[in-house]
Amino acid sequence: MKPKKVLMQGNIAVCEGAVAAGCAAYYGYPITPQNETSAYMSRRMRELNRVFIQAESELSAINMVFGTAVTGRRAMTSSSSPGISLKQEGISYLAGCQLPCVIVNIERGGPGLGNISGSQSDYFQATKGGGHGDYKIIVLAPSTVQEMYDLTYSGFDLADKYRIPVMILADGYLGQMMEPIKIKSKIFNPEDKINKGWILDGCKDRAPRAIKSLYMGEGELEKHNWYLKHKYDRIIKNEIRYELYKTDDAEIIIVAFGIAGRICKGTVNMARNKNLKVGLVRPITLWPFPYKIISSIAKKVKRIIVVEMNLGQMLEDVKIAVEGKCKIEFYGRPGGVIITQEEILEKVRKGFK
Amino acid sequence: MKFLYPESLKQTRHLYCAGCGHGIIHRIIAEVVDELNIREKTIGIAPVGCAVFAYDYWNFDVTEAPHGRPPAVATGIKRVLPDRIVFTYQGDGDLSAIGTAEIIHSANRSENITVIFVNNANYGMTGGQMAPTTLLKQKTLTTPFGRDIKYDGYPIKVCELLSVLDGTVYLERTAVNSPKNVMRTKSAIKKAFLCQIENKGFSLVEILSQCPPGWNMTPVESLKWVDEVMINTFPLGVIKEKI
Repeated sequence: MKPKKVLMQGNIAVCEGAVAAGCAAYYGYPITPQNETSAYMSRRMRELNRVFIQAESELSAINMVFGTAVTGRRAMTSSSSPGISLKQEGISYLAGCQLPCVIVNIERGGPGLGNISGSQSDYFQATKGGGHGDYKIIVLAPSTVQEMYDLTYSGFDLADKYRIPVMILADGYLGQMMEPIKIKSKIFNPEDKINKGWILDGCKDRAPRAIKSLYMGEGELEKHNWYLKHKYDRIIKNEIRYELYKTDDAEIIIVAFGIAGRICKGTVNMARNKNLKVGLVRPITLWPFPYKIISSIAKKVKRIIVVEMNLGQMLEDVKIAVEGKCKIEFYGRPGGVIITQEEILEKVRKGFK
Repeated sequence: MKFLYPESLKQTRHLYCAGCGHGIIHRIIAEVVDELNIREKTIGIAPVGCAVFAYDYWNFDVTEAPHGRPPAVATGIKRVLPDRIVFTYQGDGDLSAIGTAEIIHSANRSENITVIFVNNANYGMTGGQMAPTTLLKQKTLTTPFGRDIKYDGYPIKVCELLSVLDGTVYLERTAVNSPKNVMRTKSAIKKAFLCQIENKGFSLVEILSQCPPGWNMTPVESLKWVDEVMINTFPLGVIKEKI
C-alpha cells in the first residue's frame, strides 16, 4: 500500500508516529508548547481502545511509562523542558532497569519557567544524562514534521532493540508548525509489539522474574555498569545518523541540529546562490553523536560554524570531534529566539572576505 | 508439626532485623496469593525502604519502583494488563511522604490495584528518622526531643485521609503484634485482593508493624508498644468499605 499524504502539526505527528508503532499507552501532563499532544492522545488512544491517562504530575507520568514498559508494551510520554526536568528521576531508573520507552521533549526556553518559545537549551540534559548515574539514552533530533513522525515511529524500534529509553528532542517551533507529511498506511496493534523474554506479566509456566536497578552485592553494580557500557558501544557502532547537505566541495561547514539545522539548510542554499562553498552537517542522533564524520570533514575545510538556539551546548561535542583540526566558530541565540537564515549567512560571509 | 513455606515465598534468608514485622507481612501476602491461586498472574511492586529486596523473597514477578512511585508504576502495569493482580508494598516514608501525590491520585482514579501499606512510625532503612506517621513525642533520629507539633506537625492518618476520596473502595487498618492481629491482617489482605479480583477498585490495608531498632526497644517491648501506644493514634478496624 502507498503511504498517505496528510497535513499535520508536529505535536500531532509524534502522536501518529507512536500510534502507528503500536504504542499501548500514553501518559502526559499539560505543559505549553506541547499541549496538542495530550489533547490529541486523549481522544485517539481511547478510540483505539488503548491507554491514555492525564497524570497528576510529570513524576507520575514517567513512572506510569515505567509500569507499562515493565510489561513489554510500548509506552510514551511527552512534555516540555521544565516537565522533562521532573522526569529525570524516572529516566535514570528506566535506564538502570533497561526498560524501553519513548520520551518526547518539545523544548521551550529556560532556565526555570523561562518562556514558551521553541528552544534548544536542553541538549546537555538530554545527551549527557539528565538524571543520576552513569547512563545514556538515545536522543533523536527531528528537523521537520515528517521527521517528528518518522523518528518517533523508529524510536520505538530502537528502544526495544536495545532495551533503552529514547528521547525525541524537538522544540516549540517544530511542535507547532504544520507541514504535509507521508504517514504509514499500516498501524501496528500494541499486541503486535510485545517484547518477550524479560517482561513481567505473571510467572505462568516460567520462573518468576524481577526488574531492578539495585545491585548491592560486592562488584555487582560495576558489572551491571560495564554491561550497560557494552550496550552503549553497540549503539554507537550501529545507530549513528546524520544528514550531509552539499558538503562535498564545501570550504565552510555549518553544524546544526533540529530546527536550527533546518534553518541552516536555507542558509547553505543562499550561500550557494552567491557561489560560496558552504555545506551542512546535521546530526540526527545527538547521542550517539556523529563525531567521526565531523572529524573527517574538519581535516578538509577552513572553518566550522556551529549554530544552535542556545549558548553553545552541542558546540562542546563538535570541539571534541574536531580536536583542533580547523577553526570553530559559534553562533547561537538563547531564550527561545529563532535564528534567521540571513543572520547565519552574515556570519558565513565574513569568512570569505 | 512441620514448618511449611507457601509456594509464593522463596526459601531464603531475610535481611530484616530481629522482631521486625515485614517478614510476617511478606508471609501473609504469600499465603493469600497461594490461597487465591493467583501466583502466576500476580505482579508485585517493591518499594524503596526496608522491603526494597522484596523481589528476593516472593516467588512471583516483582518490579522495583523509584521511592514513592509504586502506585504510578502499578497504574502503568494494571492499565495494560487488567486481568493480572497488581499490588504495591510500601512503607510510610514511601507512601505518606515522598509518594503522597501518587497514592492520593491512584486512589482517586480508583485504580483497580491493592496497596499494602506498612506503618512502622519511622524510616527504618535509613536508621530511624521521623516519618509522617511518627507519633507525637516519639523520639527518632531526627526528632531527638520527641516529635513536637510546633516544629514537626502531626502524624498522618493515611486510611482516614484516603477515606474521603470517592475512588477508595476498601480501607482497613490492622496490626501484626499478636496471633489474633496477624489473623485479622490476613483476612484484610485477602479481602483487598478479592476486591481487585472482582474489579471493584482501589483497596489499601494499613498494617502497624513493629520496628524494635527504630523504636529503640526489644522485640517484646515493641509488641506491647503497638497495643499500648500506637493504636491510640492509629485505631484498628475497617475505615471504609464500599464492597
